[in-house]
Amino acid sequence: MNDMTPIAKVQTTLKDWETDQEVRWCPGCGDYAILKAVQRTLPEIGADPSNTVFVSGIGCSSRFPYYIESYGFHTIHGRAPAVATGIKLANPELDVWLVTGDGDGMSIGGNHTMHLLRRNLNCQIMLFNNEIYGLTKGQYSPTSREGTSSPSTPMGSVDHPASPCAFALGSGARFIARGFDVSKELPGVLKAAHAHKGAAFIEIFQNCIVYNKDRFEDFAAPKGAEQSQLWLKDGEPMLFGSEKSGGIKGIALDVAALTLKVVDVAVGADGTPDWQAAGVIVHNVRNKAVAHMLVEMPFGPFPMALGVIFDDPRPTYEDAVLGQDSRAREGKAADLGKLLAKGQTWTVGAPVSDPA
Amino acid sequence: MATVLAEPNSPARPGDAAAPEAVVVRFAGDSGDGMQLTGGQFTLSTALAGNDLATFPDFPAEIRAPQGTLFGVSAFQINFGSTTIETAGDAPDVLVAMNPAALKTNVQALKPGGLIIADAGEFTKRNLEKAKYEVNPLEDGSLAKWDLLAFDISALTLESVKPFGLGNKEALRCKNMWTLGLALWMFDRDRAPLVEWLKDKFRKNPVLAEANIAALNAGHAYGETAELAGPLKKLHLDPVPTPEGLYRTVTGAEAVSLGLVAGAQLAELPMFFGGYPITPASAILHNLAKLKEFGVTTFQAEDEIAAICSAIGASYAGQLGVTSSSGPGIALKGEAMGLAIMTELPLVIVNSQRGGPSTGLPTKTEQSDLYQAVYGRNGDAPLPVIAARSPADAFECAIEACRIAVQYMTPVMLLTDGYIANAAEPWKVPDAAAFKPFPAQFLAANNNPAGGKVLPYKRDARGVRPWIKPGTPGLMHRIGGIEKAPDTGDLDYSPATHQLQTDARKAKVDGVAQGIPAQEVILGEAGSKLVVVGWGSTYGPIIQAVRRARAKGLDVSHVHVRHIWPLPANLGDLLKSYDRILVPEMNTGQFKTVLRDQFLVDARPLTKTSGQPFTIAEIEAAIEEALA
Repeated sequence: MNDMTPIAKVQTTLKDWETDQEVRWCPGCGDYAILKAVQRTLPEIGADPSNTVFVSGIGCSSRFPYYIESYGFHTIHGRAPAVATGIKLANPELDVWLVTGDGDGMSIGGNHTMHLLRRNLNCQIMLFNNEIYGLTKGQYSPTSREGTSSPSTPMGSVDHPASPCAFALGSGARFIARGFDVSKELPGVLKAAHAHKGAAFIEIFQNCIVYNKDRFEDFAAPKGAEQSQLWLKDGEPMLFGSEKSGGIKGIALDVAALTLKVVDVAVGADGTPDWQAAGVIVHNVRNKAVAHMLVEMPFGPFPMALGVIFDDPRPTYEDAVLGQDSRAREGKAADLGKLLAKGQTWTVGAPVSDPA
Repeated sequence: MATVLAEPNSPARPGDAAAPEAVVVRFAGDSGDGMQLTGGQFTLSTALAGNDLATFPDFPAEIRAPQGTLFGVSAFQINFGSTTIETAGDAPDVLVAMNPAALKTNVQALKPGGLIIADAGEFTKRNLEKAKYEVNPLEDGSLAKWDLLAFDISALTLESVKPFGLGNKEALRCKNMWTLGLALWMFDRDRAPLVEWLKDKFRKNPVLAEANIAALNAGHAYGETAELAGPLKKLHLDPVPTPEGLYRTVTGAEAVSLGLVAGAQLAELPMFFGGYPITPASAILHNLAKLKEFGVTTFQAEDEIAAICSAIGASYAGQLGVTSSSGPGIALKGEAMGLAIMTELPLVIVNSQRGGPSTGLPTKTEQSDLYQAVYGRNGDAPLPVIAARSPADAFECAIEACRIAVQYMTPVMLLTDGYIANAAEPWKVPDAAAFKPFPAQFLAANNNPAGGKVLPYKRDARGVRPWIKPGTPGLMHRIGGIEKAPDTGDLDYSPATHQLQTDARKAKVDGVAQGIPAQEVILGEAGSKLVVVGWGSTYGPIIQAVRRARAKGLDVSHVHVRHIWPLPANLGDLLKSYDRILVPEMNTGQFKTVLRDQFLVDARPLTKTSGQPFTIAEIEAAIEEALA
């Protein structure tokens, strides 16, 4: 997704992005659906397998690169953002995707995630959030809800969960999106992330079939989805629900309290919802203040905000660093002999009082 | 330091009729007094006068420790002369003490009969209390075994800069230049380069430049007049006979930076340097940040782990990844070093060692990270280790580290220490064209003889896998820290595979020994009664001690090891040719253990962990004891 020099689009099919490796996730794991969504997206964006690098840390999600027929680097726990930074600074032409999880990206690697976002390295970060440690057999994670019973918290966890999207926004990310494993909208979200120049952060809710089964059913299940999912589209009113599912609703701003609120939307005489009358706000992907409110909306009283929440590009880190490098190199030759002889020197063999 | 000063009771000090071959001067003052600057400029003028020299900057960990305190003392020692100089000298001949605390913490090191120059103006009641002196040592006769020259440098400085209308604080800041002026007079040095330097340093504030120059001249003039009476004498040391050529001074940190740049050029690679600030390693990051035109990209990472991981990422993408730190940071990088070993990517890791464990002694020197370098990772994780013996030697060692990393697809650790990093020595500017290039090779086409997919872990005769840049058409593959099958690199942790790959990684690193020079004897020969085996910055005191011992007729040789891992192929046989083996090192005996382990030899330790380098006398005494 580097548009410094537009990369020629390459024609591929989903099959071209499959490796000969046996996929080792548990049967029914949400990762399978995400893998397929990515393999479906890559041909659509014209990605070139030779120019694409998937970088991951450690955890179930981080096995991802082995299953994508591109360049791949399965690094160490939490450090994928740092490795990706080196890759991108060494070769900014590479299209870099990061695959991480709630443990890898928010706990052991939280620091690196923060700095990659703050610097705005041009890459896509897919954080698979299953609210549990899967590969180490089911301990609670930094995104686990309070009271999560796990081998390390037999009486339930007591710490408050982190919100990956709020964390990313707070770190200075310029693109925030949300999706979930089996959602048909996921490829669209991935495409938008890829189109964004800069660090694009995508939280993907992912069902861990073994240790945290159906954790996201309350909003991810097809049944009731209309009332529980708010799919955000730039320039369109924040509407959800339907007449059949219990009414059309929208998100409005409670100006007095400076918070969001859910409002009922009446259907007008022409059969379209009269959202303006209800005060429903129009999604503007460049509005960071509303983005903050959207990612903090408590699920239950509010639907789950999904899709592209914030998208407001800024200059990328590698452009800035390499721009500085090339400015520093302008008009200068890399003359090693001259460099070695720099500073105050003297010549032995010439008069001592006459330093060279 | 020079052999002429071997007798501890016949100090060579300015004032002796005959000029000695070498003199040791220590400047000591408050950390805000500009002693490192004074020392640095004195070093430069010494080099310009053609003397050989070695320096030892010794400063506190605090940036501005409370004024006048014992722990706030900053010192700079220089040993210079008309003979070859290899250490900063055991004991100073001259101590310049800018306050009571500086006197108290340094005077015991001074040779009996040595000269103390003290700023009497700073020996106030309050400063004496801070230095825990009950009576003024300048007045109570307690300094009788030394020559004492105490006068009010502060007042003399204030007087000299009076015409420039500086505030009291600013005026007193010129004290170091006054002192430097006196030192320049004592050792018959040209003031002109200093004047030029001051003009350039303060080019934005010509008044300050003029004031400092006035202070410098006043100090010099004081020497002229004070010569008439008292212990102060002018002393001229002839230039040391050295090979013809162009010279400059270089610190270890500079030499490492230059060597890395040269190494990357010889490998025909851009360099990526990932670093995180830490004493005493930060200077390398600072130096390289200014060398972008040499294809260097520097990255100040969020932490030590990100620093090494970004370097690994850059190496993966086809650049020469380099990271640098000191012990605590190297500890944090341990897991990532394992990743570089497992993925078999080139990487240079520079460790400027300091006193440990934990935060330890941030600004003091030690060699106690040798175990960490050789053994300090999880799993069987071998990597080559090289140790520089001096600031100038660090240049060649950095090139050697780059060469091994690129030719063997392996991380390499380069060890220096706080002493080497900060110390300066004259350096004959090397001919950049004299080094043999070692261009990096990248795989450009499928290496699978049977067709099919590329084989990223197909090893050559030396056990080295190909370097494949992402972005190369058609060579897509996956690598990672998990165990992998031979050739394909496919994820595979079956018992046979792990056995095979562990053996292959070890054999590859062991094989580095085939491509390094045989171990030489620095001084002496094979088969003598005693060999002193050193590594790293103990080189200076060891060679001087061995030289002195040999001059006394003792049968002792000096072997100094650059390649710590793998060790040179002939080292075992060489060591077995000696009756006794003595290993001096600034730790509790780490290299001694490695030598015992590798060669089953009776290596005996001589250890020191005070944060200070060995003195020649300490090693000389150990040699005599070992041969008694």
